[in-house]
Amino acid sequence: VTLSEGARAGIGRELGMLDSLLSFGGLVLLRDSVEWEGRSLLKALVKKSALCGEQVHILGCEVSEEEFREGFDSDINNRLVYHDFFRDPLNWSKTEEALPGGPLGALRAICKRTDPGPITIALDSLSWLLLHLPCTTLCQALHAVSHQDSCPGDSFPVGKVSVLGLLHEELHGPGPVGALSSLAQTEVTLGGTKGQASAHILCRRPRQRPTDQTQWFSIFPDFSLDLQEGPSVESQPYSDPHIPPVDPTTHLTFNLHLSKKEREAKDSLILPFQFSSEKQQALLRPRPGQATSHIFYEPDAYDDLDQEDPDDDLDI
Amino acid sequence: MFVELNNLLNTTPDRAEQGKLTLLCDAKTDGSFLVHHFLSFYLKANCKVCFVALFQSFSHYNIVGQKLGVNLTVARERGQLVFLEGLKSSVDVFFQTQEEPHPLQFLREANAGNLKPLFEFVREALKPVDSGEARWTYPVLLVDDLSVLLSLGMGAVAVLDFIHYCRATVCWELKGNMVILVHDSGDVEDEENDILLNGVSHQSHLILRAEGLATGFCRDVHGQLRILWRRPSQPTAQRDQSLTYQYKIQDKSVSFFAKGMSPAVL
Repeated sequence: VTLSEGARAGIGRELGMLDSLLSFGGLVLLRDSVEWEGRSLLKALVKKSALCGEQVHILGCEVSEEEFREGFDSDINNRLVYHDFFRDPLNWSKTEEALPGGPLGALRAICKRTDPGPITIALDSLSWLLLHLPCTTLCQALHAVSHQDSCPGDSFPVGKVSVLGLLHEELHGPGPVGALSSLAQTEVTLGGTKGQASAHILCRRPRQRPTDQTQWFSIFPDFSLDLQEGPSVESQPYSDPHIPPVDPTTHLTFNLHLSKKEREAKDSLILPFQFSSEKQQALLRPRPGQATSHIFYEPDAYDDLDQEDPDDDLDI
Repeated sequence: MFVELNNLLNTTPDRAEQGKLTLLCDAKTDGSFLVHHFLSFYLKANCKVCFVALFQSFSHYNIVGQKLGVNLTVARERGQLVFLEGLKSSVDVFFQTQEEPHPLQFLREANAGNLKPLFEFVREALKPVDSGEARWTYPVLLVDDLSVLLSLGMGAVAVLDFIHYCRATVCWELKGNMVILVHDSGDVEDEENDILLNGVSHQSHLILRAEGLATGFCRDVHGQLRILWRRPSQPTAQRDQSLTYQYKIQDKSVSFFAKGMSPAVL
């Protein structure tokens, strides 16, 4: 059952930026850390894609298929195709079960499909792929996959491809992370404060300015998203509304207040180093009754008194 | 095992969770008391334990184990404990000829790519025996410690692959547990150790991090323990993920208390 475009847009409209991540296609990078894990959000986005009627492929390298499917109900699980690279990714057991071509081979096989519907590919995780494959190979494969719908050479018109990549930020240097970031249309960085998770979403659309938004969220046990306004009130420091704020100036041994007369006297006081026109006149006009001052000097024996003014030759 | 630590982790040998990977890491202090705790914990829980001990000798663990109430010699004779003594058997790689590859075969090879022999040793040690009766509850892999493998020349990705395969076999297939110790050198130049530590952190369900106090050595408070729960099977709306306690190690036990609440200070 595929939902109509209108229904899909309706689901997207009421849920904000976090939920419209997948509507544009391309690569969505989910950057998580040890403290704020991103697999729950990955599973929530996978569930949303599945509910929209898309086919979802999971390249599972880090957790078992059972663990990934846990929490999804059966109609969602029927839409998920899990490519298992968890049990034996490096073919140490030397059995015939190993999928040929490795994870990138599986990725290319998914994209050689013939049905034109939109698909979502979840990479769990991009970090595993980045540690085991050369960065350039991985970037080229991701570029080929996420730009497939714009490639003119295909004989079949293929639908939108969304790629969700889970990236553990601390495992890689700035070079590979920067390369993946430049390939991505959307980057979601997980963080939060105590008890409340947040997602910082950076969207880059062609011919538009990049937009960013921070969305607080939590995830229900059935992996549906609960968008929230901000960190919940209980997590803020405790403040009792019944205790009135204390005024610190009430019980002092010195006086901090001015009476009206004192305030007027203060405002009309001229500061000693403020140069006003009255002060200028007072300095220029000698006050009557002021005796001129003299300097009396007794020259010492070794003083050299020269009556000439050394500044005479200055032309001021 | 330390009863107070069991209380903090809300677990007992009888009702411990299965299929979990616990990471122990220490920074600026010695976190080996956590290894001794988990060794005695799982032996008391009647689990089959495979201990890859690369850091200390068998007698060291035995002496500490006896203070905590377990006898490693008896456990090894009974078949409950499979002990790989790294210090002793690394010499065997060079002086004994063996048909099948030795678990520490990478010491001999110039370009050792992976730790597959070590993984096969672990898998062989913990595989369920078809004897009809289930003697042991579930298998447990204990490693002390993983940073030694880096010093011996393995790359961080190779060690992560080893942990991945162990997790697939021990935690997922056999529904057992894993306890791994990794040192956090705090050295900004040691990128391989950082990749290893972060890589195992992302794979683990529980992280216990022992840190020295920021203010230095203290006689009454030996350090600080941070407990971080990750990857709950059900994402909950509000998760109380992380707790921090300070501790003091005594002869046969470790006492834990909230920050600043050491009995010596109160």
